[in-house]
Amino acid sequence: MAKLTYIKAITDGLDQVLQDDPKTLIFGEDVGKNGGVFRTTVGLQDKYGTDRVFDTPLAESGILGLSIGLALTGWRPIPEIQFMGFTMEAVDSIGGQMSRNRFRMSGDVSMPITIRTPFGGGTHTAELHGDSLENLFVGIPGLRVVTPANPYDAKGMVISAVENNDPVLFMENLKLYRSMKDEVPDGHYTVPLDKAKVAREGSDITIVAYSAEVNEALKVADKLEKENISVEVIDLRSLSPIDTETIFNSIDKTHKVVVAQEAQKMAGVGAQVASAVAEDDIMSLDAPIGRVSAPDSVFPFAMAENDWLPNADDIEAKVREILNY
Amino acid sequence: MLNFKCGLEVIYLCITSLALQERKVLSMAAKSKHVVDFENIKSTMSDPYKKPVQVIDETGKIVNQELFDRFSDDELVTLMEKMVWERALHEQTMNFSRQGRLGFYAPTLGEEASEMGIAHAMKKQDYLFPAYRDLPQLIQHGATVKEGFLWSKGHYQCYDYVRRGVRAWIPQIIIGAQYVQCAGAALGIKKNDEKDTVAYVFTGDGGTSQGDFYEGINFASSFQAPAVFFVQNNGWAISVPRKTQTAAETLAQKGVASGVPGVQVDGMDILATYLVAKDARDFAAAGNGPALVETLTYRFGAHSSAGDDPSRYRTKEEEKPWFDRDPLIRLRKVLTDKKLWDQDKEDKLVAQYKDQFKQDMKDAEAAPKQKVSDFLKHTFEVPTPDVAAQIKEFEAKESK
Repeated sequence: MAKLTYIKAITDGLDQVLQDDPKTLIFGEDVGKNGGVFRTTVGLQDKYGTDRVFDTPLAESGILGLSIGLALTGWRPIPEIQFMGFTMEAVDSIGGQMSRNRFRMSGDVSMPITIRTPFGGGTHTAELHGDSLENLFVGIPGLRVVTPANPYDAKGMVISAVENNDPVLFMENLKLYRSMKDEVPDGHYTVPLDKAKVAREGSDITIVAYSAEVNEALKVADKLEKENISVEVIDLRSLSPIDTETIFNSIDKTHKVVVAQEAQKMAGVGAQVASAVAEDDIMSLDAPIGRVSAPDSVFPFAMAENDWLPNADDIEAKVREILNY
Repeated sequence: MLNFKCGLEVIYLCITSLALQERKVLSMAAKSKHVVDFENIKSTMSDPYKKPVQVIDETGKIVNQELFDRFSDDELVTLMEKMVWERALHEQTMNFSRQGRLGFYAPTLGEEASEMGIAHAMKKQDYLFPAYRDLPQLIQHGATVKEGFLWSKGHYQCYDYVRRGVRAWIPQIIIGAQYVQCAGAALGIKKNDEKDTVAYVFTGDGGTSQGDFYEGINFASSFQAPAVFFVQNNGWAISVPRKTQTAAETLAQKGVASGVPGVQVDGMDILATYLVAKDARDFAAAGNGPALVETLTYRFGAHSSAGDDPSRYRTKEEEKPWFDRDPLIRLRKVLTDKKLWDQDKEDKLVAQYKDQFKQDMKDAEAAPKQKVSDFLKHTFEVPTPDVAAQIKEFEAKESK
């Protein structure tokens, strides 16, 4: 057990799967000698060689097309797309190809591909680096979309993603990479890919969040505790599928819910959670479903990020509104 | 053996030509303010690629005796039979289409030499990445005609060949996707250390405009992986002519930017197409990296069976000379002259093939009713909770 940052926990997980399965391959832009632009794959090429960990030409569609061909010939690819905005170049490989292949082959062909990609605002990057694009991907049948909110889950979930025989879009939060540390076990362990986690127990209201917004929600819970308001925080972890059971269990107890996300409001994850609650658990609620999200503009210019991203204050305001309904 | 390394020499030629330009410029410095003669580079850059390989011309004349002599009589007859088979398949599928018994189907009339010549050079262990006009090659590689029909009609059993272990992937609809996937399979072959094995992939002239076309050939080249890239240039991407796709004079030269040697071949000459495809395959299988082949062919009819009408966008004057280049005419003449072939034999073969296709269609029509619950079961290896609930829902409906 060691205290690791979120990024180091992912490196540890990747090291583990490279060690466990000789068919795993890590490739992408700058992942080799440079160890990735964020150093997520640092040291892995030295340890496992250039056959297992290698740089590719700079082309995202090529990288994911390559992954499909490698999977068809028996390999277990772990491609990195350097920033989530760059997945736009490779949408066919994700939505038109790898996610459909099990269906096409009546279950008999697996695409065990884990696409790792960093996302998330708050680090003042250039355009199309920090966008939360999960809303585009969660509607693709056959694709799992997951994102850890802490170092322990980051390592356990990256191992689970690689070991899973279906394509997984593994979203790594840029702001969390080095901003938090956690006790992370040595060696192999897994965290389930489709189970949400109760990040903090409470009884008065439920906040459903994922990735960096989980930490914002936890700040709100800490603050309101001083006012004797008990907030339960649920970390979705998996954005597709969504673990509605854990959400409903919480709402059955608190009868109030706020859904918080960093992505824009239109369609997507928060809308899906709200719709699931409305469809199947609305009788447990005694107030409307609250939503916190970014506004429906394009992700902002870097200097304006803090004015645009939903933060703990926004969540707190919405929680108070729902509590006082 | 045709020298595929010629393609690489083109890079050298271009550099040399630039060097010569520089000298010329020095001597002409007083006359021109330009440092580089782009006009000259542009007008000569396609030259090395504009020499399509040919063995028999459209009149049936053997234009390269040395290459012709490489074929035994049996092999000549086999190649003719394959083209006759493909044409019979085309004719029968068009009948089925008119009867409403097929779905989307891409006619292959006119492209028999290109498709069968290339297919004849494939080995069983090769991976095939076809596009939607490549069902004949897919069937030659191990899929059944019934599966081809089921693909057109839209039934999950169309991909049974993959389950049987045939090394072929789906007839790709997203143009270009097969190229990047082929690069991955080629790298997989290399990493698996499989000897005498390549990944084969097809696209058309329009496909060369896709970004994935370049990414595919460039990735395979960067990794020096055993991929063989085929461009069946049939002149038309639905209604858009070849010249709109690119100002480059050939599509073969599209390889040079990624270090892939390219060559043109007369795609109406099955002997030339086979020899070039075989050399390209040998080159890649020997560990030299990928090769690119452009076959010059023509889509005699419509783009698809779904209502395309070529008279909207091309003239009879354009079509006529291509119809005269019909790949069956020239080989039929050569074989008839050698007393290896006659019309009676061909008619009997066609009748026999068509009878079989009619039976294949009946078999396809007897395929079981498809169940939505099965589609849901095949969405993930382990159904997610929502999908599991939908499986129950549809199973209940289906059991009624």
